[in-house]
Amino acid sequence: MATTKHTIVALVEDKPGVLNRVASMFRRRGFNIESLAVGHSEQAGVSRMTIVVDGATAVLDQVTKQLYKIVDVVKVSDFAESELVARELALIKVKATPSTRGEIIQIADIFRANIIDVAPDSLIIEVTGDTDKVDSLFRLLKGFGVRELSRTGRLAMARGPAGTLGVEAESRPSRGKGRKQEGGS
Amino acid sequence: MKIRGAQIVCESLLKEGVDTIFGFPGGAVIRLYDTLPSYPQLRHILVRHEQGAAHAADGYARATGKVGVCFATSGPGATNLVTGIANAYMDSVPMVAITGQVARPFIGKDAFQEADITGITLPITKHNYLVMRAEDLAEVMAEAFYIAQTGHPGPVLVDIPRDVFDEEANFHYPDKIELPGFKPTLQGHPAQIKKAAQLINEAQRPLIIAGRGVIVSQAYAELRELAEKAQMPVVNTLLGLSSFPHNHILHLGMLGMHGTAYANLAVSHADVIVAIGMRFDDRATGRVSGFAPQARIVHIDIDPAEISKNVPATVPIVGDVKNVLQSLNPLVEAKAHSEWLRQIEEWRRQYPLDSDPGGEHLLPQYVISQIWEATKGEAIIVTGVGQHQMWTALHYRFHKPNSLISSGGLGTMGFELPAAIGAKVGCPQEAVWAICGDGGFQMTIQELAILTQEKLDVKMAIMNNSFLGMVRQWQELFYGKRYVATPLSGPDFVAIAHAYGIEGCKVTRREEVVPAIQQAKDCPGPFLIDFHVEPEECVFPMVPPGATLAEFIKEPKREAVARGWPRRSTP
Ligand SMILES: Cc1ncc(C[n+]2csc(CCOP(=O)(O)OP(=O)(O)O)c2C)c(N)n1
Repeated sequence: MATTKHTIVALVEDKPGVLNRVASMFRRRGFNIESLAVGHSEQAGVSRMTIVVDGATAVLDQVTKQLYKIVDVVKVSDFAESELVARELALIKVKATPSTRGEIIQIADIFRANIIDVAPDSLIIEVTGDTDKVDSLFRLLKGFGVRELSRTGRLAMARGPAGTLGVEAESRPSRGKGRKQEGGS
Repeated sequence: MKIRGAQIVCESLLKEGVDTIFGFPGGAVIRLYDTLPSYPQLRHILVRHEQGAAHAADGYARATGKVGVCFATSGPGATNLVTGIANAYMDSVPMVAITGQVARPFIGKDAFQEADITGITLPITKHNYLVMRAEDLAEVMAEAFYIAQTGHPGPVLVDIPRDVFDEEANFHYPDKIELPGFKPTLQGHPAQIKKAAQLINEAQRPLIIAGRGVIVSQAYAELRELAEKAQMPVVNTLLGLSSFPHNHILHLGMLGMHGTAYANLAVSHADVIVAIGMRFDDRATGRVSGFAPQARIVHIDIDPAEISKNVPATVPIVGDVKNVLQSLNPLVEAKAHSEWLRQIEEWRRQYPLDSDPGGEHLLPQYVISQIWEATKGEAIIVTGVGQHQMWTALHYRFHKPNSLISSGGLGTMGFELPAAIGAKVGCPQEAVWAICGDGGFQMTIQELAILTQEKLDVKMAIMNNSFLGMVRQWQELFYGKRYVATPLSGPDFVAIAHAYGIEGCKVTRREEVVPAIQQAKDCPGPFLIDFHVEPEECVFPMVPPGATLAEFIKEPKREAVARGWPRRSTP
């Protein structure tokens, strides 16, 4: 069975322990999280988790269903790469001597990255983009000596007009809606 | 008017129609216990170990269909519940466990008797709560009961700091629960149901596997209608036993590792399997890659996550079993399947189940079939885990709906006595028999005290083989007969019963079996029979670990040794 990278967006009630519930389920069932990002959503009381999972289709089906079993999980959407836009942000602290500083700044420019801190022998570079872009910049900078790397994990959103909840923001989201479970064989 | 948190808990229990609590007190729940006398409608049964409270609540819930309730204090009280909660989780039993917690200012400080019970029970509850304000209690209680019994049933834990029991708040019990993240699907999808009917109508060798979902949903009549209309034989999972009458011509008994030969052969040859309210546990499927190799599978279950988890379904239907069958049955055509049924009868003749192998020895199969005779199959039977459990599944011919209570998923030794107590408390009019292992019985033996204290008429039949029998069987068949850590030099169980004020007798010979069972029945209170059965008897048939269902060993056990089956897993 082919394994693919999938991005799962879960809308969860903003209650104590909800991150623990989700993480615990992944651990217990042996699903691999490649990255996980959590923050507020457009709706008060609802947080948005973006989870990147690597696995066969059957595994991903289980991930979605097991997520739904968590009472605090309101909505789960599983996106293929083509259906979404995705970004992550990274802060990279790189060693910079007077002789390398110019070259590093040039590279950062090519990636439309920002220099956000300058110290006598280092720079902090902020880069936003898809995973490949962040990876490439990191690889290029490694040669200069990366002292620290901090990445957010992926944030994602479906292309097009629809919201993830599939309903107006004021009305309560329903778990039944948009839930693909009996789609066929 | 404001009332204390402890009162809110009790008021909530009344709103939920709770009449019985199994529990054990301690510092963090003193206020809760102090409040109980003002609620005489709530019967509190004092266990002797909190594991007993959880199992008793479990047995109560399975016997009555209501939510079982248990109380425990913080720290060790709560952790002692854990096995019982995990057991209820694995077998989908509705339960609400209420634990005390250290006072709010002490949480997270490693205070005396603090344990993070919500963290500990995260993977073994449907949901859990740590309630930090008395004003949230009523809503949490209402949610807990709703979640425990709605959809796929299961345990919910509510952890309450001791100062929240003391805190005052207004009591408003919500009459409607709105949980955006919890909306179980109860009706099956019509298009899926149509596809299922088509598959069933085209089948040549159809078969039903009925699990505990049929019992939870009380779909006995619907199951029977489907089986009879399409002339589909029915096999049961362990926990599905008693969902379909054993004396029905279409019933083939249990499938799986210790299933009947004809059930396992039928599964292995079926071309369409309708799996109803079951979850393809590995003890039921054997080697999963070789499970039902010819079958297309219709899987009906209320829990979408069970669909295609272990065995891929051709037609999945998510919904409540009763609802789904009510829509499915009219679409199913009446059929005869005479050839298929003839084949099955042939297997039944070829590999009969022998409940009375005869001979000099006292065999557990015989004891269990005699308990069946004496109770006319009308008793609620509660078992522990091991050989005696499998012999009960094979030789007690369950025909009364919901008459078997057993620990299936977790396989918890020691379940039998406290669960039987719970069943008897829930169904005082029913005869309740615990069929016990001499090993497992000792794990919760202290609960004998409840029988005396609460005057509960539970009959206990210990299948005393002086071994941890099921493990010994594996050692005999797969580990060169090296009986490491399995021989038991048991206590005198009858003397122990007497010490608790319970009558009992010991049986060592075949001819004493029937009179002893009669004596137990005639005794107006609890009674214990210590059956000294053949120590090295094995449960057969047996599908060796790693084998497919068709590769069962029938008997004698020498066959297995000769074949040298691989050692894959442990009992
Ligand atoms: C709490 C627990 N510990 C260990 C086991 C592993 N185990 C499964 S069956 C069995 C033997 C049970 O012995 P007994 O209660 O005497 O019943 P028998 O098999 O002899 O009928 C054991 C140890 C278990 N199921 N539960």
